Amino acid sequence: MGKEYFSQSGRLARLILRRDRLRIPIWILGFLVMSLLTAVAFDDLYPSQTERQQIASTMENPAITALIGPGYGLDNYTEGAMMAHQMLAMTLLVIGIMSILLVVRHTRADEEDGRIEMIRALPSGRLSNMSATLIVMTGTFIVLALAMGYGLYALGIESMGLNGSMLYGAALGVTGIFFAATTALFAQLSQSSKGATGLSFLLLGVAYLVRAVGDVVNSTISWFSPFGWVLESQVFVNNYWWPVIMTLVLSILIAVVALYLNAIRDLGAGFLPTRNGRRHATPLSQSHIGLTLRLQKTSLISWAAVLFIFGATYGSVLGDTETYFAEIEMMKEFMATKEGVPMTLQFVTMIASIMAILSTIPIVMAAFKLKKEEKKNRTEQILSTAISRKRFLGNYMIVALIASMIMVGSSAIGLSVAGASAIKEGVTFTELFQAIMVYLPAAWVMLGVATLFLGLGRLNGLAWLYLGFAFVIIYFGGILKFPDWVKKLSPYEHIASVPLEDFDWLGTMVLTMIALGLMFIGLTLYRRRDIKG
Amino acid sequence: MVMLEAKGLTKKFGKVKALNGVDMQVNEGEVYGFIGPNGAGKSTTIRILLGIIKASSGEAKIFGKDVWKDAVDIHKRIAYVPGDVNLWSNLTGGEVIDFFTKMRGAKIDRSRNEELIERFQLDPTKKCGAYSKGNRQKVALVTAFAADADLYILDEPTSGLDPLMERVFQECVLEAKDQGKSVLLSSHILSEVEKLCDKVGIIRQGEIIESGSLRELRHLTRTNLYVETREPLSFEGLSGIHDVQEEGRSYKFQVDTEQLDQVMTHVSQQGIVKIESAPPTLEDLFMRHYEGETVGGEK
Repeated sequence: MGKEYFSQSGRLARLILRRDRLRIPIWILGFLVMSLLTAVAFDDLYPSQTERQQIASTMENPAITALIGPGYGLDNYTEGAMMAHQMLAMTLLVIGIMSILLVVRHTRADEEDGRIEMIRALPSGRLSNMSATLIVMTGTFIVLALAMGYGLYALGIESMGLNGSMLYGAALGVTGIFFAATTALFAQLSQSSKGATGLSFLLLGVAYLVRAVGDVVNSTISWFSPFGWVLESQVFVNNYWWPVIMTLVLSILIAVVALYLNAIRDLGAGFLPTRNGRRHATPLSQSHIGLTLRLQKTSLISWAAVLFIFGATYGSVLGDTETYFAEIEMMKEFMATKEGVPMTLQFVTMIASIMAILSTIPIVMAAFKLKKEEKKNRTEQILSTAISRKRFLGNYMIVALIASMIMVGSSAIGLSVAGASAIKEGVTFTELFQAIMVYLPAAWVMLGVATLFLGLGRLNGLAWLYLGFAFVIIYFGGILKFPDWVKKLSPYEHIASVPLEDFDWLGTMVLTMIALGLMFIGLTLYRRRDIKG
Repeated sequence: MVMLEAKGLTKKFGKVKALNGVDMQVNEGEVYGFIGPNGAGKSTTIRILLGIIKASSGEAKIFGKDVWKDAVDIHKRIAYVPGDVNLWSNLTGGEVIDFFTKMRGAKIDRSRNEELIERFQLDPTKKCGAYSKGNRQKVALVTAFAADADLYILDEPTSGLDPLMERVFQECVLEAKDQGKSVLLSSHILSEVEKLCDKVGIIRQGEIIESGSLRELRHLTRTNLYVETREPLSFEGLSGIHDVQEEGRSYKFQVDTEQLDQVMTHVSQQGIVKIESAPPTLEDLFMRHYEGETVGGEK
């Protein structure tokens, strides 16, 4: 019986390891380097308890809690407590992304391309590929957990003992396993790798939002999110192991359901219905720019909706922040504020910059769709029709520019609709709306960078790395005290924080010109280079 | 000895009936050609035979074992080549060949592999991501023929191959046949099927509408005739004549086999100058089954 299901899972697991011989180590190393460096930096930057306590008090408010998760041990803010508070939730989110990408790659994506069919035609069990994927993912996350645990412990920071460090690693590992299991499940439900990825990211986003709302409004709500579960382990403060173990048990149950569904379905089929499309192209998709837009329609609409919800969630938290500050007047002493500006605005500008970076992701994706098309040998079919390369790439730019308005706009609307109704006084809809919209030129610079790499035809990853860097600067810039010149490398740092500061006409113009310049260079390079397919 | 036997295979995808009672039998040392238009159910049948999808009803056995329940055991002795091979982009062709051999539980036979790689002119050190379609197809063919399988299941295996490689492929199939192995070959290239296959099954809309040896099939159908006569020829009053093309006193037409005697008697009265006859090609057979039908069929 077992043979028909699991035969040769081990050999398939080795094939997966061989295929991911670089991918998995790079992910693991990335997490280790980021986390260990941050821990060391905290230790360096805030050596005394008083300094850490000061940070703790600025961090203790609903807006920050929604963003980075609940703080435990704020009254005795050790390096460990600081690490768990500032780093853990965000790292868990990225672990989720890693897990989703890897699992889809080895399940639905392989199935879609017909590779699973060839494997199944060999003497391998029906569930062998799925079980091999889960084995490799579990192994990967165990290695990550152990390396992280020992790594943090080896730093020799007093408040980061062996038990706490191992729990920190385990929290990361178990979250990875959880999202591996849910992604495996979605890979059964959806018939395409795109669908499976979409559903998995939706779960990831919703889980993060549920946690954000729960941590601010009512902690019972957080229990509906895996992030809420794992963060409840209160690493380096109380070191509870049971939430991690519970998450593991739940993950195993989900994985069993996924395996069961895999066993009863036909190869290539899904459980969610698919429908036929239209017989003729609409007038829109009869032009190239229309087609480009049409192909990205679903993705753009989904992103816009997600960003709107994100904006609205943070907007609604602003009301709680206001109440919070009204109660604690003393906070003002810690934070340098502009006269007559409500405290809440401090957080509006921070949230605005983070929302702006999130909104940039779909913009860059819209441009990089071209690269994907090239990889699948579809651009040559279009370029062989009567269209110039300039027009071709230009159409992608236009779609990405339209996307930039939609994305930044919908997060701005989300934030200001919810924010304006939640905040009683002092902040208007327009102010909140502008707070995010001013970041458009920075997003355009990112688009310019993306175009540059499209022109080069390789090293696209660097554009993502740059965006990641900009995110780190905003997210950790304050707490990790990066030098000014490093911060200035991010375009988002050149935007004036409206409404806290005045709108910077010159800076906006300069950024827009830089963006246009980069796009122009990208376009020129693209006209000259070889098209790969 | 029967290697592969299917009886009344039916497959429903939701409400759509993709297969409706497919029967098939492949004996030892036999090459079975499986032909039919796109969407007729060839690949669905093959996937059921491979135990990749489960038949809604009916029975299929390979080596006397159930294709669904004993898939793992059966697969140790078969080799499969799909029509659209996709490989792992960061592994080399050579790595993939070895991996497949190991998966079959066989020992890697370097000299056999090298021979096939040589014959198919494949560069096994290239990453699969860099192969063209034809080259990916070659990787799958090398892995299949390198395997010491008893049954080869080939689903449009030569798509994307150049004529030289197609010839190599045909040699490989014939060698396998000489060694007493069996082959199930689904193909659109009818000349290839004609050359290689002992038996042919034609599928239409999920049903096998014709099967048997090529000779038997031909017998049931028409003969192509070309005649030149002294006196003008008239076909009036004759039945079983098709597709007449006239040019002066030379005539090209097809005759139903059962009417051949009557037609020849008639023609000979007009004084035959020249006569050529040819058996119907598989293409003629194939086309006849689909005449008057919308091309392609329903999925």
